[in-house]
Amino acid sequence: MNNQLLILAALLLPVVGVLFISLTKKNINLRETSTLIVSMALIYVVYSLLPDVLNGVYPELYLFNVTSGLSIHFQIEPLGMLFACVASFLWFINSIYSIGYMRTNEYKNQTRFYIYFALAIASTIGIAFSANLFTLFIFYEFLTLTTYPLVTHKETDEAKRAGRIYLGILLATSICLFLPAIIWTYHLTGTINFTPGGVFDGHQEPTVIVILLIIFVYGIGKAALMPVHRWLPSAMVAPTPVSALLHAVAVVKAGVFSVVKIIIYIFSPALLSDTIDVNILLYLAGTTILIASIIALRSDNLKRRLAYSTISQLSYVILATALLVPISIAGAVLHILVHAFGKITLFFAAGSIYTTTKKTEVSQLNGIGKSMPWTMLAFAIGSLSMIGIPPTAGFLSKWFILQGALNIQSWFAVSIIVISTLLNAAYFLPIIYIAFFRDSGIKNDQGYHESPFPIVFAVFSTACITVILFFFPEIPLQLIRLLIGADI
Amino acid sequence: MIISQLPVLQVILPLAAAPLCAILHHRILAWALTLLVSLISLCFSYMLLNQVLIEDTITYAMGGWVAPWGIEYYIDKLTAYMLLIVNGITVLVLLGAREIVESDIASDRIYLFYTAFLLNLTGLLGVITTGDAFNLFVFIEIASLSSYAMISLGRDKRSLYAAFKYLIFGTVGASFILISVGLLYVVTGTLNIADLSQQLTNTENTPTITTAFVFFIIGIGIKAAIFPLHLWLPDAYTYSPSIVSTFLAGTTTKVFIYVLIRFIYSLYGYEFSFFTESFHYLLMLSASGAILYGSYLAIKQDSLKRILAYSSIAQIGYMVLGIALITELGLMASLVHILNHAFIKVGLFLAVTAIIYSYNTDSIEKLAGIAKTSPFIFALFIISGLSLIGAPLTSGFISKWYLIKASLEADYWIFVSIIVISSVMAIIYIGRIIETAYFKPSAKQTATLDLDKKRPYLLFLSLVVISFINIYFGIETSLNVDMASQIANELINK
Repeated sequence: MNNQLLILAALLLPVVGVLFISLTKKNINLRETSTLIVSMALIYVVYSLLPDVLNGVYPELYLFNVTSGLSIHFQIEPLGMLFACVASFLWFINSIYSIGYMRTNEYKNQTRFYIYFALAIASTIGIAFSANLFTLFIFYEFLTLTTYPLVTHKETDEAKRAGRIYLGILLATSICLFLPAIIWTYHLTGTINFTPGGVFDGHQEPTVIVILLIIFVYGIGKAALMPVHRWLPSAMVAPTPVSALLHAVAVVKAGVFSVVKIIIYIFSPALLSDTIDVNILLYLAGTTILIASIIALRSDNLKRRLAYSTISQLSYVILATALLVPISIAGAVLHILVHAFGKITLFFAAGSIYTTTKKTEVSQLNGIGKSMPWTMLAFAIGSLSMIGIPPTAGFLSKWFILQGALNIQSWFAVSIIVISTLLNAAYFLPIIYIAFFRDSGIKNDQGYHESPFPIVFAVFSTACITVILFFFPEIPLQLIRLLIGADI
Repeated sequence: MIISQLPVLQVILPLAAAPLCAILHHRILAWALTLLVSLISLCFSYMLLNQVLIEDTITYAMGGWVAPWGIEYYIDKLTAYMLLIVNGITVLVLLGAREIVESDIASDRIYLFYTAFLLNLTGLLGVITTGDAFNLFVFIEIASLSSYAMISLGRDKRSLYAAFKYLIFGTVGASFILISVGLLYVVTGTLNIADLSQQLTNTENTPTITTAFVFFIIGIGIKAAIFPLHLWLPDAYTYSPSIVSTFLAGTTTKVFIYVLIRFIYSLYGYEFSFFTESFHYLLMLSASGAILYGSYLAIKQDSLKRILAYSSIAQIGYMVLGIALITELGLMASLVHILNHAFIKVGLFLAVTAIIYSYNTDSIEKLAGIAKTSPFIFALFIISGLSLIGAPLTSGFISKWYLIKASLEADYWIFVSIIVISSVMAIIYIGRIIETAYFKPSAKQTATLDLDKKRPYLLFLSLVVISFINIYFGIETSLNVDMASQIANELINK
């Protein structure tokens, strides 16, 4: 099939999925089957675009021109390809998980859940493939709007409050900062297309560029750089598959993806590191990493701990990108991928625990590893990846980032990475310890059992991939090489 | 030769139809006649546009008396553009008007309503086409007097007060315009706008000319509801029959903004208007005030129509802002926004009209959860609402894009933040309506669908058309933006 059609198909498949899902809403088995089939089809389409990109051919699709300088235009470059691969693959896994989770927990309005989930995936693919800031912005906003009904899925007052914070922060930052930054860029350079080598030619005032960069980073509220991170913990009231969508598949990933893409294709790392002092971004990200880790350490609620862990991990990506050396950018991109698999494993596990035991606090998890061995094993693997211990993929990205920091002798970054690794260990390892080694006080025959099969399958497969990626990182690394134009 | 008579037919047709409508004395026939007239008028204005694109300008000497002695009708691209907007809006409003008017206005007065409507249309089209300053004043008064009558026809007693208030304000404004025209006549001895502009460039700037300019600005400021001269507008929009609010919101203020542009650029010339008096700073101040104050008050209201009324004040601020930047891009942004906002606001007002018609209330508090019973209306409300906010791929985004671009180009950073802040405020006041209608559980005081009334299918049709237009101009802008940039270019570089 020709590449333009494939791009169009990737964007429209989830929308077609919506059609099937709403047509089959009477028969829930059929409904879930259509979600699974469409997500598999999406994987097929996205991965059939991969060989071309790996060979250095970047397919594009030009839809239409709105007015001079504004057009809807898609192009698949390595970074977007990687993001689309992750998102489409995790949609499939997440759908399997959702079947187990939503049914076992007897959620209402499941059709709506699957519909908006598919729409969120469509927006994510749009973000991944966008070839200019305008297209990116549209799909970015669309993602905010389509995830809102998912965040408020429970329709309780608490969920509605969370939904307000979610919508409020994400819309306000994007409209007040992101959009003006886009228009400013257009005003300064006359283009908002993602261009290899950036759109700034070095004639602009360095201070203007730094201010613009900061506006971009805060305008992309989905990257959750403090202090615009509040939406993420409050969105924890949503069902676990939604949290997984927010934290691993789409939303925050779209945020850091956009930041990385803008730094690479709008500002260009070479320009930034040559002329301009962007240490401020480094400090902002570093502070976020530390503060978020400390909050995570102090939270007893498991999902809240995971949420703050996400915030700190996102700032890893920003920090690594802000180091501006190829190897650290490679680490940043790899970290997007690695964190996706690690964090989705952790969330799946947290949801699995909740499904069978209704337990939400860390302090309640004594001995849970004995009754739910598969779940907790997966949780352990995910934690190791978060800390960055081999043989999990988390080690690789941290390794690259640390190398980058050492290369340019940024001792600030090095110390942040070291301290936060310790903090990571401090808030993940105790969970594993009490789950496996502390006595639950319940005799085994009264105790809990493992979650339903779809849940265990999903949680275990993402955990496995976290390990597999450590041994076989070749395809992502090839994409990253194309992206940074250097060997690693 | 109908082609050569087109300019005057714009005015004659509704003017002749008005007494006919009164004679017909029948509610449905009156509606049908008015709709027919507006359709024909729309066709004529389309023909005029095509003609102007070929010939650049058309002049028509009324009764064969050549300008500057006789009254001249003057059509250029700007005129044709405005005619098309006003006629287009009129058709769309009238299409859905029948059921609404029958429910809003006592049945023995309906034919009078349509008569007033036709006179109003005559006035507005006359204001746009005429090339004579005194004639302009006459048409302004025809339009205004008939709109006072239309507003007062509402069943709500407060509509009388609103009409009276508008009458007082409007008359003061009209007198100021008349004084201004008189002063200009004293200085130059002519009333023809083209001739006036010629004479003014040749005469020295005297206090009389400046005084005339000031009187004109204040007069037109009242008529166009330019902040802080907007005080008549909220009541007039809120208490008048819904169709009247819709029509006024879509046409009247836009036409007066047109007069402002015409006087500033064609009559005085923008060197005089802006540089002699530093007048654009005043306009900028007024625009910023309008945008922030209007948006802020829109958030505070409970009545749907009042929210839209205050939002209109803010949106007029956008148009004034574009003019005040004195750049080609700024003027173009204003012109684009005149068109886009006309359709956006009419879309919102029509949706609200349908809600008021079906639920007999326009208080937000009573509308909790009604999106479940009227999903269609609300879906269309959201489309126009998104466009008002300025979401990408809707026409509102294009307006704001060019306005922000123009502000950046003129190095006015402050306006970028003002536009952005007001967009967020628009999210709040539109979002509040949507949230109430979709997410609030219905309570005891919630209004219920009035099942006795006929469903206004034609109104739905025009809502669909308008929603389509609002999206179309967000995706494909070659029609309006190209036209507006040509007009702006001609006005600035003349």
